[in-house]
Amino acid sequence: MQLVLSEDQELLAKTVADFAAEHSPLARFRALRDDADPIGFSKALWREMAELGWVGIPIPEAHGGAELGLAELCVVLEPLGRCLAPEPFLSTVLLGAAALVRGGTEQQQAAWLPRVAAGEAFLALAHQEPRSRYDLQRIETRAERDGDGWRISGEKIQVLDGIVADALIVAARTSGDAADAAGITLFLVPADAGGLEVERQHRVDERGAALVTLAGVAVDAAAIVGAEGQGARLLQGVVDAATVGLCAEMLGSMQECFDRTLAYLKAREQFGVPIGSFQALKHRAAEIYIQIELARSCVMAAARAVDAGDDEAPRLVSLTKARCSDAAILVTNEGVQMHGGIGMTDEHDIGFFLKRARAAAQTFGDADFHRARWAGLGGY
Amino acid sequence: MAELEAFRAEAAEWLDANAPQAIRSLRLHAELGGNWGGRHPLWEAPEMETWLRVCADKGWTAPTWPGEYGGGDLSNAEAKVLEQERKRLQLPEPLTGFGLSMIGPTLLRFGSEAQKQEHLPKIVRGEIRWCQGYSEPEAGSDLASLQARAERDGDDFLINGTKVWTSYGDLSDWIFALVRTNSAVKKQAGISFILIDMETPGVSVRPIKLISGKSPFCEAHFENVRVPLANVLGEIDGGWTVAKALLGHERSMIADVFGAGGGARGRRATLAEQAREVLGGTPGEPLPDALLRDRIAQNEMDMKAFHLTLQRSRDAAKAGQQPGSESSIFKVWATEANQRRTELAMQIAGPQALGWEGAGFDEAELDCTRAWLRARGNSIEGGTSEVQLNIIAKHVLGLPD
Repeated sequence: MQLVLSEDQELLAKTVADFAAEHSPLARFRALRDDADPIGFSKALWREMAELGWVGIPIPEAHGGAELGLAELCVVLEPLGRCLAPEPFLSTVLLGAAALVRGGTEQQQAAWLPRVAAGEAFLALAHQEPRSRYDLQRIETRAERDGDGWRISGEKIQVLDGIVADALIVAARTSGDAADAAGITLFLVPADAGGLEVERQHRVDERGAALVTLAGVAVDAAAIVGAEGQGARLLQGVVDAATVGLCAEMLGSMQECFDRTLAYLKAREQFGVPIGSFQALKHRAAEIYIQIELARSCVMAAARAVDAGDDEAPRLVSLTKARCSDAAILVTNEGVQMHGGIGMTDEHDIGFFLKRARAAAQTFGDADFHRARWAGLGGY
Repeated sequence: MAELEAFRAEAAEWLDANAPQAIRSLRLHAELGGNWGGRHPLWEAPEMETWLRVCADKGWTAPTWPGEYGGGDLSNAEAKVLEQERKRLQLPEPLTGFGLSMIGPTLLRFGSEAQKQEHLPKIVRGEIRWCQGYSEPEAGSDLASLQARAERDGDDFLINGTKVWTSYGDLSDWIFALVRTNSAVKKQAGISFILIDMETPGVSVRPIKLISGKSPFCEAHFENVRVPLANVLGEIDGGWTVAKALLGHERSMIADVFGAGGGARGRRATLAEQAREVLGGTPGEPLPDALLRDRIAQNEMDMKAFHLTLQRSRDAAKAGQQPGSESSIFKVWATEANQRRTELAMQIAGPQALGWEGAGFDEAELDCTRAWLRARGNSIEGGTSEVQLNIIAKHVLGLPD
């Protein structure tokens, strides 16, 4: 495992950064919010990203993708995190498409992956429930046999970009009790299925999310993704990889928040001098720098370990999420504090980073959760 | 790649053929910690002397140094392979110390041909043990304000002053020291880097005891010590440049020591293992104390993140990239993580961590206590954490003075 970007990856990073600067300044994010945009992102921009090949990065070549790894995807996600781009990488690519790449039947893959890679179709993963918190195995939604098919009933919360999804991958219990590992099955459910209701949720970070209610939604046997009752492992693998992608995005947004804060420390004068000349602030800035550098190493290592199918990958994922969650909260709290009063105003952009950081920190498990998982995987 | 693998086979064969049986898997004494050489060497075992000699003959005590100075002429990649094979065969380092790690590389970079010819071969052969004379009682973090002075007297300097925190000063033969040669200029511009034989009349050394009970540190006094002008390394009054370069070596060395998790002293129990022993519970299941468990995980993860950053920095260097600014974080982060580790070990041990010596405390418990106290110095020696943060703020982040 080499913790260094290849020339191709460097070039990709530069291309994405240039694209983000041109097409996705923070003003765009602000406008989407202020205009109460119904989906919260731009489908036109998404198609451009697809044409550039980014959406299809983890999708097999046979299905119209580039068949590259999480390491490449992270290279794309970091600059998009810098500008808080709300486009649905996490939901459609890292969760939805990834579930089909890892567990989908040939037919499911052929039906969906080429359209996802082309930027035409959207997917979402509906796994989180009112009582699940971060536990992927705590699933109360049930799928009962109904002839050759199944009927699914339950409630899913904060389904990322569920409002635009053309199909949802729903985690449901086909046997066992609410916290059992065995008995979880993933189903591919088209958004227009009868009994499926999708309602927009508004989160603090403006990321598109939806409440999904399933009232006896009927699907046929071919809707199962992976094997019946064996969905926990698949779900864990998908969420682990997506977590690393989210961390890459967090890395970009914390770096941007810090860059803006540093610029402010150099420009803002009080008592006749730049506030960045005060040692109390200098040392805190240096601490932030340390945390970001550590987080960067972890993101690179985790992405490469997942790509290599390394045994250490799950621990590195938890290491990375714990680090990025703590670092993102530190950096953005300090970002607001160091901006002073202006940092508290809605008019200033720095608050967007605080909100995004908090939401990301509490998605797929927070730092406490991942430290406990690290310990558990380490046998203590 | 094939050439490197061929070298690996060659190195393994040579090590296996030349290492005395008695030194294999030798558990190094905590006080000595290996071969430090010098005029009055201390050997862990008689065969350690043989081991030093055969390795020095081969140039493998300083594998990457040029052969003309006694080095092994190996590439960095070959030296790494040699190191891997040595560890695989569980052989101790043939030689360690500040000659190899600090003054040697500095001589290679700044030394005159005559200085290199005089000093480097003796370092390679472990004949001379070196120590460092930087800090003074009145010059700690503000190192450049140092007052030990060197005054011209013909072809010599006469040196007067005091150096503190001189590690192993009482066991060393030569000292590389910073002295003031010019008081009329900006403080950094009047310092020279000078090499002094500790046997010169006027040099005296006194050990310093630390809060942990003992230490390798000494105070060295210089009273009219006569040193030839030719012993100045680099330019007269140009010592600050040399000193800063050497400090870089020192800081990366300190980071390496903590990065390696304690060096040559053998494997120590992890915090989790220690906690399992003390707290019990079912092996493989969560520790009975959830708060300690979280803190242990945090510390392990801090260390892991540090190792990955060290690796990232090295991989970037190997890939031919300019050294990144991330290396500025190593010293402060590694030392503070180590302090947290030793405090956590104390916390896990509970009342058994409170022993100083004698009955009722075993060796591991006493080590734990001493290690905690000693670790408090980690964030002070080699540049305090506050100085490290100043360096990051100024040189990496560009914050104004």
